[in-house]
Amino acid sequence: MTESNKRLNALAVSDSGFIFDPSTGQTFTTNEIGLEIIRLLKQGKKLEAIISYIDEHYDADGDVIYKDTVQFLSQLKTYRLIDES
Amino acid sequence: MKANVAVTGLNATDNPAPGVAVIRSLKEESDWSGRIIGLSYDAYEPGIFDPHLVDSVYLLPYPKDGKEALLQRFRYVQEREAIDILLPTLDSELANFVELESDLSAMGIHTFLPTDEQLQRRAKANLPKLGKELDLNVPESRTVSDLREAEKVAEDLDFPLVVKGLFYEAYRAQNIGELSSYIQVIAARWGYPVILQKYVPGEEYNLAGLGDGNGGLVAAVCMKKVFLTDKGKGWAGVSIVNEELFETARQITSALKWRGSFELEALMSSDNKLYIIEINPRFPAWIYLAKACGVNLPRAYCDLALGHKPELPQEYKAGTMFVHYTTDLVANVNQLDSLLTKREIHY
Repeated sequence: MTESNKRLNALAVSDSGFIFDPSTGQTFTTNEIGLEIIRLLKQGKKLEAIISYIDEHYDADGDVIYKDTVQFLSQLKTYRLIDES
Repeated sequence: MKANVAVTGLNATDNPAPGVAVIRSLKEESDWSGRIIGLSYDAYEPGIFDPHLVDSVYLLPYPKDGKEALLQRFRYVQEREAIDILLPTLDSELANFVELESDLSAMGIHTFLPTDEQLQRRAKANLPKLGKELDLNVPESRTVSDLREAEKVAEDLDFPLVVKGLFYEAYRAQNIGELSSYIQVIAARWGYPVILQKYVPGEEYNLAGLGDGNGGLVAAVCMKKVFLTDKGKGWAGVSIVNEELFETARQITSALKWRGSFELEALMSSDNKLYIIEINPRFPAWIYLAKACGVNLPRAYCDLALGHKPELPQEYKAGTMFVHYTTDLVANVNQLDSLLTKREIHY
């Protein structure tokens, strides 16, 4: 397991969207869909599966879902919570 | 624990010393039944005036007055207080206590302190050398003895630079003007040499620990500051469990065979490298957080000082927070009278 995956799996995530990283003390907040994406990432899901899940469960344009999901994952990469791959 | 424990560092301003947090950690253990003897260099340290914290307080001669003056004062205090354990918490006093360890022990005052050699190896001026020996990242640092030398070093290391006193205080200088100003401030207060350290941007992390003197790490707690004062001191922080920091602490205690309390100040740079900024030879002012996490390091220090094996959990939970707050203690001017004229207070 990579260092980023370990961090992702160790994240303490509350239902309200508050996220605490116990190894660095960093805190983040996110919305309902952000929480869903983190939950799916912890299950080992990749980009395509995540987009497909959101498309299925939320009423939004496919292009918007794709763009927003990629942007969210990019933010997680910046915080070193997921790998570049 | 039934013991009379003497603790220094009772300052509790926005730049607090560790003494108040150490005493709270000791007194809040369920089996505590001892007395706390506060030791102070200054009659106005806030912790002196809290009768729920200290049973008596004695003023000490300043560290610069030397070890003989200190020893005489301890002889006086010991006749009245029967101290079992001394827990010093200030960098500037430690060298004297290390030198006096056997004299204090002969009086019945137990300590658990590093050796002089251990103290020197982790000193700010020697930290880069220790970093090389242990293959740890330490920001490039130089010691300087005057302003002209500082300007030459600044040309070499380039700005920004962190200007540090031998024991306390640090400022970030962005240019020659700021460097000159900070050097003068620090040299006036702490003397030369002054340390210039290359500034490394990143997130700061801290670890409080206790070495057993045989190379083992008795226990440690990591903390991330979440709110800073304008002096850069942690006003709020949260416990974290950072394996890289623990491993570094194990490596340092093993290499130095560190005996006693310490604090690691570390920094995770933007390219994800862990740098050691300082190794302080005493508990930090945030040490009550360790007790709040169930790892009572001050109590473990006392056990070790008395020759007992401390019982501490090796694991704790991340997410316990501390937040400093200020309040008013009500005292009587008679207390100040007693301190200034008799150099002691008894509650």
